Amino acid sequence: MSFLEIKDIRKKIGSNEILKGINIELEKGGFLVLVGPSGCGKSTLLNAIAGLLPPSSGDIIIDGQVVTDLHPSKRDIAMVFQSYALYPNMTVEENIAFALEMRGVEKAQREAEVKKVAKTLQIEHLLKRRPSQLSGGQRQRVAMGRALVRQPRVFLFDEPLSNLDAKLRVEVRAEIKALHQNTHATIVYVTHDQIEAMTLATKIVVLKEGQVQQVGTPAEIYNRPANLFVADFMGSPAMNMLKGKVSGGGIALFGNDGIKVAMPPSVTATLPDGKEVILGLRPEAITDSGLVDPKVVSVAQIEADVTMVEPTGSDTFVTGRIDGASFTARTRADLHVAPGQKFAFSFNLDKAVVFDPRTTQQID
Amino acid sequence: MSAANETVSAGQANAARYFIYAALIVLAVVYLLPLYVMLSTSLKSLDEIRGGNMLALPKDPSISAWVKAWGEACIGVSCVGIKGYFWNSIKMVIPAVLISTLLGALNGYVLTKWRFPGHKIVFGMMLFACFIPFQAVLIPMARLLGLMGLSNSTTGLVMVHVIYGLGFTTLFFRNYYEAFPDELVKAAMIDGAGFFRIFWRILLPTSGPIIVVTIIYQFTNIWNDFLFGVSFAGGEASPMTVALNNLVSSSTGVKEYDVDMAAAIFAALPTLFVYVVAGRYFVRGLMAGAVKG
Repeated sequence: MSFLEIKDIRKKIGSNEILKGINIELEKGGFLVLVGPSGCGKSTLLNAIAGLLPPSSGDIIIDGQVVTDLHPSKRDIAMVFQSYALYPNMTVEENIAFALEMRGVEKAQREAEVKKVAKTLQIEHLLKRRPSQLSGGQRQRVAMGRALVRQPRVFLFDEPLSNLDAKLRVEVRAEIKALHQNTHATIVYVTHDQIEAMTLATKIVVLKEGQVQQVGTPAEIYNRPANLFVADFMGSPAMNMLKGKVSGGGIALFGNDGIKVAMPPSVTATLPDGKEVILGLRPEAITDSGLVDPKVVSVAQIEADVTMVEPTGSDTFVTGRIDGASFTARTRADLHVAPGQKFAFSFNLDKAVVFDPRTTQQID
Repeated sequence: MSAANETVSAGQANAARYFIYAALIVLAVVYLLPLYVMLSTSLKSLDEIRGGNMLALPKDPSISAWVKAWGEACIGVSCVGIKGYFWNSIKMVIPAVLISTLLGALNGYVLTKWRFPGHKIVFGMMLFACFIPFQAVLIPMARLLGLMGLSNSTTGLVMVHVIYGLGFTTLFFRNYYEAFPDELVKAAMIDGAGFFRIFWRILLPTSGPIIVVTIIYQFTNIWNDFLFGVSFAGGEASPMTVALNNLVSSSTGVKEYDVDMAAAIFAALPTLFVYVVAGRYFVRGLMAGAVKG
């Protein structure tokens, strides 16, 4: 049975429907990431789970208990805010202990609990300081300590890393992941950063305009995006979207006199000839022939003009162009190719997905 | 001051500096002159005052006028000095300032963090209270005090000042709390703190600057108020300002300028004290309330 259930949650603010019937289930110990562009309703949904913003309709169930109408403090949840929301007038110790104090926990026990959490997070030396005397990373840690000390049923994170600089973000991200692995806590995490979503989640929910676009494991979301939006949103550089037409069981790309490739194995339906489709290929599925996985069944060799070469150190991204249509390939770093040359790219069709341009949904 | 594309020599900069300081000193002297005249007059004998030179230093300084003003001067018909009225004012100003500040803080808290439908209208009406002149509320207030049995009492005067001051204190605190992050309130809610606990433990302890501003503002206004005092608390219950007026404008006997001046300084001392103690927070607090972030 699922530990956290979100049942048909709707939220209207004025005449604007922010959430349009959200259904999500999360098992105990799961790490759910709500991801989407700004304005997609992910923070609204998190606030609804926290009880800070009551939904217009629908139910939220934690561990079999309907909590929709419960006060936030009675839901046994803890939340880490984007701004950390540390009480500026209290020391770190008092900040962490505040929730326990509000729940009438004895002073001696409070101190013991605070010490324990401070040790886990390595902030023991900061306990007597005030939030204004801490760096961004330290504040982040204190905010997590404040959530951890209560041992709640569900942890909620509202874009907790977006105020940190890039290097620190990667560090704290790893710490959150380690924390999840060690404590087996149930976590709901909101972010607009698709890399955070991929690295942390056991389950990703992609939201757009108040609607769930896809629910799945990071691998499912990445490899089999349900529609064009998810395909474009997840992954960087974005997935290549090549327009084509069904022709004799395969797909003709790059215009009428273009190149024909086999139908990717992800498509099981038989499509009528002449149907317009979009072939989706991740940059790493288009490489130089030397990098093609020998186990791949369906590969197409396609020659194209090289228009741009972007070395990143570990890989080199090469932009190719055929008939005005561009695509990005991810190649070996030591590949010798320059703009203006022609180059034979290998398209790994085993990894390709096909979308219907009319409905934007994936065809399988 | 000097932009990068303008070049100002060191000599010019110094000249400008001397000019600015000279102007400031002249202005400071002009503003301090009345205080100087009051102080020196209060220390002179009556003969010396009548002798003419207002700006001259006292020849034989004596604090007898101060003693007289405090304990012996005649206010109306009773000659007991201003001390009783001074305490009247203290008894009025302390509760009035504390209650109006606390209620203003509570109002500001509700109007920013516990918004209810129509909160804008409520705040607008409270703002409106700031623009109602004293004179307009005299008669309804007198009627109200009469119905409540509080006319001619310090308690009644405290109530009047609290009600009248609420518009201002609410405005101050609302603007201050507007910039206070909502996430802190949400975090406290999740932590299990209720309405008053969030106010008492999270908001009030971070409101130092605006509390100082409100206290200075309210203290000055209430202490210096004459109209409400003379209308709602006569005779024995009069505040200091009313007593000072009665002392200075009494038409019997000799006009004792030295005693008048001493009494006036007594009347000004508490506000002076508040400014000296809390003044440096004043500007800081005003800015904190006005500018977001």
